[in-house]
Amino acid sequence: MTWLVDGLSGLALLCGAFFVIVGGAGLLRMPDFYTRMHAAGVTDTLGAGLILLGLMLQAGWTLITAKLLLILIFLWLTSPTASHALVRAALSDPQNPPPLLQEDIQSVPSPSSTHLSEGERIEQAK
Amino acid sequence: MFAVTALGILICMVLAISRALLGPTVYDRIMAVNAFGTKTVLIIAVLGFMTGRPDFMDIALVYALINFIGTIAVLKFIRYGDMGWPRNVPDEPDDL
Amino acid sequence: MLRILGLWSFCAGLWLVLSGYFDIPLLLVFGALSCALAVFIAWRVEKADPEVQPLHLRVGPQIILYWPWLLWQIVLANLDVARRILDPQLPVSPTLITLKPTQRSEIAQVIYANSITLTPGTITTSLSDGVLEVHALTREAAGSLLEGGMDRRVAALERSNA
Repeated sequence: MTWLVDGLSGLALLCGAFFVIVGGAGLLRMPDFYTRMHAAGVTDTLGAGLILLGLMLQAGWTLITAKLLLILIFLWLTSPTASHALVRAALSDPQNPPPLLQEDIQSVPSPSSTHLSEGERIEQAK
Repeated sequence: MFAVTALGILICMVLAISRALLGPTVYDRIMAVNAFGTKTVLIIAVLGFMTGRPDFMDIALVYALINFIGTIAVLKFIRYGDMGWPRNVPDEPDDL
Repeated sequence: MLRILGLWSFCAGLWLVLSGYFDIPLLLVFGALSCALAVFIAWRVEKADPEVQPLHLRVGPQIILYWPWLLWQIVLANLDVARRILDPQLPVSPTLITLKPTQRSEIAQVIYANSITLTPGTITTSLSDGVLEVHALTREAAGSLLEGGMDRRVAALERSNA
């Protein structure tokens, strides 16, 4: 049974490292600040989650697992808060360049449900 | 296995720190430093397992807290020019 | 009083998990005292801060079913964003959309906004007066938000308990 747990934990660690590197590459490759935030999200959610999951599998049912779980919960609670605060601050700063937007936005499929139709407003590219 | 993971995290830290150095706007730099801090939490945890010292988990947890509070504090500083004393808070309370 | 007791037991549980001391009475007493001090400070801050609002958790046990679904959505969105990052063409189409969430209570709207932000590829940029602004990495991600699957699920969390 231990080889199975070891294998799963190794797989989770390797996949986590892969997603972390992909997120880091996204940080460099994306064209503007707002798209880079999405790349940072990849490392914060799946990368961190898989690495901590791999460590939890290694630790077994101990207090260390509880601490790792606390770290994971805390990261997943704070990362959206920090992203939201960052994007909000960047958008409200007049000196900051506005986000790059796609030009032809009308091709977004219109929702069938009625409650969205009035609120659906898509800002044109500035 | 831990060494490979630590290497991956280190590569991402290099990428994040180069974005922090390149980043055209100040928000790019804050975001890169925030991502760097998240990677630091992960690498502290992995190093704790590598060296067989599980006490490192406490340090990682504290670092996660400091990283979040630090990001918010720097954002406040950039927004208001100080740490946001009551006299400088604008009317909208839900604003950052 | 019940809230203070609840906060104290939460702090004490956290202290036990983080410290790992279960059998040294002196340290247990110190832990209980430090928890009491933390609760006292929290109580004072609550009195001093006029903006404080008690958090009413009006979501039911259905959130146990919501979390695995959200986790699965996060995995799917992660794979999509990772594929786009690794693509040499970098096929992104950033979009700003406005959503009207159907949840009534603030806590459900916050859960919805946080779920959107936690999913890579979409970030909530503002939530005010029941209107959400979302920046999406791709038009597909924006389109799937406009279809409102996540919105309905969060609204179901709320409705079941109201």
